[in-house]
Amino acid sequence: MAGNEKVDVLIIGSGASGAAVAWSLAETKMRILCLEQGDWMKPTDFPSNGRDWEARRYTDFEISPNRRGRDTDYPVNDDNSLMKIANFNGVGGGTIIYTAHWPRMHPSDFKVKSLDGVADDWPVDYWALEKFYEENDRMMGVSGLAGDPGVPPRHPPMPPIALGRTGTRYAQAMNRLGWHWWPSDSSIATTDYEGRAGCINLGHCTPGCAQGAKASTDITYWPLAIRAGVELRTRCRVREITTDERGMAAGVIYYDADGVEQFQPAEVVVLACNGVGTPRLLLNSASAKFPNGLANSSGLVGRNLMLHPWPIVTGYVDEPLDGGRGPINTIWSKQFYETDPSRDFVRGYTLQFGRGTGPANQAIVGAASGLLPWGRDHHRRYRRMLDHRLSIGVACEDLPEEHNRVTLDPVLKDGNGIPAPRIDYTIAENTRRMMEHGIARAEEILTEAGATDLFASRTALNYPGHLLGTARMGTDPERSVVNEWGRAHDVKNLFIVDGSIWVTSGGVNPTSTIQALALYVADQMKQRLATLFD
Amino acid sequence: MAAALDSRLSAAETDALTKIAGTMVPEDAALGMPGADDPAILEDMVRSIGRDLPLVREALAAIAARSGGAFAEMDQAAREALINEWYPGGGASALALGRVIVSAYYRDDRVLMALGHEARAPFPKGYVLEQGDWSLLDVVRKRQPFWRDDRVSPPGDR
Repeated sequence: MAGNEKVDVLIIGSGASGAAVAWSLAETKMRILCLEQGDWMKPTDFPSNGRDWEARRYTDFEISPNRRGRDTDYPVNDDNSLMKIANFNGVGGGTIIYTAHWPRMHPSDFKVKSLDGVADDWPVDYWALEKFYEENDRMMGVSGLAGDPGVPPRHPPMPPIALGRTGTRYAQAMNRLGWHWWPSDSSIATTDYEGRAGCINLGHCTPGCAQGAKASTDITYWPLAIRAGVELRTRCRVREITTDERGMAAGVIYYDADGVEQFQPAEVVVLACNGVGTPRLLLNSASAKFPNGLANSSGLVGRNLMLHPWPIVTGYVDEPLDGGRGPINTIWSKQFYETDPSRDFVRGYTLQFGRGTGPANQAIVGAASGLLPWGRDHHRRYRRMLDHRLSIGVACEDLPEEHNRVTLDPVLKDGNGIPAPRIDYTIAENTRRMMEHGIARAEEILTEAGATDLFASRTALNYPGHLLGTARMGTDPERSVVNEWGRAHDVKNLFIVDGSIWVTSGGVNPTSTIQALALYVADQMKQRLATLFD
Repeated sequence: MAAALDSRLSAAETDALTKIAGTMVPEDAALGMPGADDPAILEDMVRSIGRDLPLVREALAAIAARSGGAFAEMDQAAREALINEWYPGGGASALALGRVIVSAYYRDDRVLMALGHEARAPFPKGYVLEQGDWSLLDVVRKRQPFWRDDRVSPPGDR
């Protein structure tokens, strides 16, 4: 097995959290290395460069790794889950193919046990993370509008994405209903920002931004981290974390671009592989000393998986809107976010109001919903749908349940022969009631907006790729995997910074909080460098 | 025509796809819309089937079985009825077939222009997005903050 020089800090994964930690730790001048199993992306790679831009959402830029099937991907057995797994493997990770919605968690999200008597409180609160949210907003480049009465104060550095015709139609309906709305925060540059060109409206930008206006960490954190001395090695797939006789992490075994097995020693190992990749790696790192997987004395590695059920309700109006001609993000509503004792569920959800998509995708979703017929009626019906679509997503808080989990599949393996993850997940009754409440409110809004032909998609088409909770943080080693500053209870030079350390999920897109939390952990590490392993 | 297409579909499968595509999205001369069985569209479609080939084959076989092997001989109304009955329960293969057909169809220059769209890739020109009516926000600005502040609200007080 080939050997490598020992590094001070080894980060596994270059996505949202790995990039933030690398940049933050770079100022320590430690030798920092990041191993990433995917490639760098180039602006010319992205679908909006070509006439087949819509079709590529279903092929090489598909959000499911099973269908995308790049050689840099690993398969996931998610047959036993209504919610499928979405991710991206490359420099930037999931930020390459996210919608760039940028809500933060609310203060109440960190205290669900003490406020609502469910799940557990986090060992950190919103206010401890606030300055890291702000720092991260500046680093990623966030557009939005201060003054939202539905969320704590924040200061987006750029103006919001235009409401457009679609957002205006929603806003009129929400005002008539007397319900809260506000332009969504988005990590999309609406002006030139820190060397990045502003958004020129390339349509639905989930499958990557050729303009570089959407903030993915390959163009935000990584250039700065690399300039500060961090090394990023691509096409390196980690198989396992090894430990020494003291039970400390010694380094990792990985396969390089040529498939050659390598050993990379490190003083500190930081996992940033997302809520599926991280438990997979910990479970694949079982040894005589750690027979149930590394850092798993609690038995909670892989458990409490949260995936954010996300119903989407669509309808069609009688005027042409601006679908397919700008980012999907328009406005959000926090009207139903906080717990209301009069409802039959606890916690709540964000409503996210989307812009329609392009011509091919309109036909695909129209046919899938049963509203667009095949045959001679197709054209007539299609013309009433194209550019006339409204859609509201219901971002439901998903509470942790131990039976929702990531394990190792006994059969399925990736291209290097490493056991693949298996997902077992069901939607809880509280969440189902929340989903139905949200669907009903979305239907009210769409009806108020003048939409007809309403269609609610509950789970089949909607899996946002929010992979959370499988190595939760806490102060009790029997009830958590890492402590309140991200260090594994069982292995004192092993840290986890991705979404797997979340205790609960909130009802928001997680990237903003994942990165704020990663910056918080990095800050804690920097403050404790002399006593990091005590 | 089938033999000229660059595809791993057999000639018989390509002929079947041609008939099915033309049934699902037929020509509408009045609207200026070609059919999905138009040679240029079909060539693009077949060339880009890619990873969907097994599912498309499954779909073709399912339709053939449902029609007793006589799909091509049925009249347009009967073919449409068969497709519209099969599609909702057709699962992954039906979705793949529909996706392959419309992905090629709705990027054809003639189709896009007939729909009033520009026939081009989004990048580098992009699109213009109107600002919309920001005055609608005035009423929302007047609301008091209503997020739950854990620093001032005792547990269970909301």
